[in-house]
Amino acid sequence: MLWVNIAGMGVIGLIIWWFWLYKSSSVDMSDGVIEVLVKDGVYQPAVIKVPANQESTITFFRADSSPCSESLHIPDLEIAATLRLNKKVDISIPAMQPGRHAFHCQMKMYTGELIVD
Amino acid sequence: MSDEQINRENEVTKSCCHNRNNTPNEPKINKNIHSSSDIYTAQETTIHHLMIEGASCASCVSKIEKALRAVNGVTKAEMNFAQRTVSVTGSVQGAALITAIEIAGYRAKVDTSDSEQEALDEKDKADWAYYKKLMRDMTIALLLGVPLMIYGLVIGEMTVNTNSERLVWFTIGLATLAVMYFSGKHFYVGAYNSLKNHSANMDTLIALGTGTAWLYSMVVVAVPELLPTMARHVYFEATAMIIGLINLGLALEIKARGKTSEAIKRLIGLQAKTARVVRGGNDVDIPIENVMLKDFIRVRPGEKISVDGEVVEGHTAIDESMLTGEPMPVEKQAGDKVVAGTINKSGSIVFQATRVGKDTALAQIINMVKKAQNSKPPIGRLADAISAYFVPVIMIIAVLSALAWLNFGPSPALVFAIVSATTVLIIACPCALGLATPMSVMVGVGKAAEAGVLIRNGEALQTASKITTMILDKTGTITEGEPKVTDVLLTKNYSRKEVLMLAASLEAGSEHPLAMAIVDSAKAQGIDTKKVDGFRSIAGKGVQASCEGKALLFGNEKLMKDKGIVIEQYIEKAQEFAQEAKTPMYFAINNTLAAIISVADPIKSDSIAAIARLQKNGIRIVMLTGDNRLTAQAIAQKVGIKEFVAEVMPEDKANKVAELQEEGEIVGMTGDGINDAPALAHANVGFAIGTGTDVAIESADITLMRGSLHGLADAIAVSKATLANIKQNLFGAFIYNVAGVPIAAGVLFPFFGLLLNPVIAGAAMAFSSLTVVTNANRLRLFKAKNH
Repeated sequence: MLWVNIAGMGVIGLIIWWFWLYKSSSVDMSDGVIEVLVKDGVYQPAVIKVPANQESTITFFRADSSPCSESLHIPDLEIAATLRLNKKVDISIPAMQPGRHAFHCQMKMYTGELIVD
Repeated sequence: MSDEQINRENEVTKSCCHNRNNTPNEPKINKNIHSSSDIYTAQETTIHHLMIEGASCASCVSKIEKALRAVNGVTKAEMNFAQRTVSVTGSVQGAALITAIEIAGYRAKVDTSDSEQEALDEKDKADWAYYKKLMRDMTIALLLGVPLMIYGLVIGEMTVNTNSERLVWFTIGLATLAVMYFSGKHFYVGAYNSLKNHSANMDTLIALGTGTAWLYSMVVVAVPELLPTMARHVYFEATAMIIGLINLGLALEIKARGKTSEAIKRLIGLQAKTARVVRGGNDVDIPIENVMLKDFIRVRPGEKISVDGEVVEGHTAIDESMLTGEPMPVEKQAGDKVVAGTINKSGSIVFQATRVGKDTALAQIINMVKKAQNSKPPIGRLADAISAYFVPVIMIIAVLSALAWLNFGPSPALVFAIVSATTVLIIACPCALGLATPMSVMVGVGKAAEAGVLIRNGEALQTASKITTMILDKTGTITEGEPKVTDVLLTKNYSRKEVLMLAASLEAGSEHPLAMAIVDSAKAQGIDTKKVDGFRSIAGKGVQASCEGKALLFGNEKLMKDKGIVIEQYIEKAQEFAQEAKTPMYFAINNTLAAIISVADPIKSDSIAAIARLQKNGIRIVMLTGDNRLTAQAIAQKVGIKEFVAEVMPEDKANKVAELQEEGEIVGMTGDGINDAPALAHANVGFAIGTGTDVAIESADITLMRGSLHGLADAIAVSKATLANIKQNLFGAFIYNVAGVPIAAGVLFPFFGLLLNPVIAGAAMAFSSLTVVTNANRLRLFKAKNH
């Protein structure tokens, strides 16, 4: 049983590390453009880096029929948008100081992070 | 664009205008307002907003801008490549701009934001297709799961003891795998992608739960000798049933969600699809997106107003109830404004378009409602914070539960461990938490819009439900805001006509409703106003200027005293006027009092009832007015208000709001004028009466589309109902998870021998979200009382 318990604790440690401690690598904006695909339960890429102190545009393309993926929220920036199926939607990001801002769907099942750097 | 193209385009534009200017059969338009040439040539500078199709690269921007700048009359053309829109400024017809863009190789139409109706149709189509897919997935899964579950309930033996049983269960295991692939693929793909992204969601829980059940069952089938005899139980029915039931729950949720957005669908449905534009003496039906600013549009009885505009010909009654909630049709004649989406009831009219596309009031209302529906009140923040940690925490609980059973559970401990871990993963529902707030906001904001109440965001919605004190501006809020001159008391040797002429000349420069009353009175008596010099508005007191060499001063007692005008012998008379709920104003010519002019502003017909309704709901009412104390007192008494503050300077309104806030009150401020803007912004919730100025509406958290104060009571009632609904949803979602997860883990087992079946957990999970959406839909039945 000892080994079972150790394995169980190991799984818990793995969950904590994987979901909370691990820092995902971000995708940088190139030529002022970045496109995020909304498909199969996730944003791809989910971690986006945009330059600080300058306006930028993120294009979301929703290819997921799930109604959950329909809405996009960036609460820190007070942005809420409706993503139409199979259509590109441009989200304008104002010039900001460096920081991290979460974005997600209405139920927080789709999650991502906007890094201003 | 080549020179040849530009020349060609200019020819097209010129030709277009030429033909139009020479059209022999122009519509019979009110000549006092527009000359015939106005009809087809835009004389004034206008900003056109167009949507561009076919622009795929940055170089298209310069090509399109160049093409537009080459059109005669265009002074400025700027394209937003990200939005694929272009703004064009100049004295030019929109049709010429579209032609220029087409010649340049692109397509253009009026910017209607994102063509709401089209988006709505697409959404309905996509939702329907997804619903059908989920129902098909559900059917496939339940076709396997239900017979297996019945077998388990009737026969009770789902164990593997013999080789023939192994073969049968292996075959069923493969069938379950097929169900997992065909009916549950979206869960597994979603879970895999989330894991890759270091995030977790509902898919993760379902995939882990059903995956664990299937994998354990396959181990039982493949190598039963590894497990004790009592632990050789298979759970293929649980896997299939859970997938089937969750798909069913999602499908029903889509149906229920559709109903939550009925209000916005109704608003979008108000938009006309075509407009009958008067061109070349003929009426031409054109798509709404091709209607340009300054186009003349004919509307017959029973037809919808297509864009915002100003009536230039005809007389009619228009039903504006769909936007304002006001049931009585509103009379319209030349010079009156008409709003897109309203319905022409009786006469035939021609109006000129003043706002098209996304600039119409209806488009802006739709936009505002959509934004508000997507916003979240502070009450939802706790659920958001929990959602961020929810799934990994549930995964940890599942592991701890399995370990607890393995360490302390009875035999077969492994089976209990697997069942409890699977059930914990399946019963937990992050969706119910996530949906609790937004679904209620969606319905509540929509319901408010149906009553003519536009709520800017979720925070305003929440705060409005807690208002303890409501400040009401007097003029235009409690009263009609259209005062009329009732008395002119002459105090010097000036004639009534001369006094009115000078007073009206002075007040013509003021936007105050009382000033308008004097100007209107002079106009009604055929008195022309004269030009004044040195006009100056003295905030909260009055105005001054000079006219025909005379120094004019018009305002209240304070102003007269400040300027040293002797009024003492007339104060008593002014007070008499005030006690009759009239507003007396002093008019001095060359530093001598020339007259007291009184105006009265009628109280709105339903102000008394609406104020009583607010007071009945326990809201303290305070009236603020710049008017004198006696007039304010008379009005307050008439409408049943006990607290009032008179002779308030504009900046003092905001101070009064702050003062009440310091007393611990949650203050709502209702106003309609420019001078209310600071107070509206300062209040916990600012309410703008829709008939007020744009400034007031922009400063407000909630806009009442109609002038009635019943809208105020409706707004508070709907916000209270919505908050109550959110609380019910949040409570239900929290309790469901807080109680469900421990029960699934087996906390009741030591006391009652009860351990939840994973299938029941699957059903509970599937219907928990549905319950939240259905409860939010109950708000659709909300009706404001005492109307």
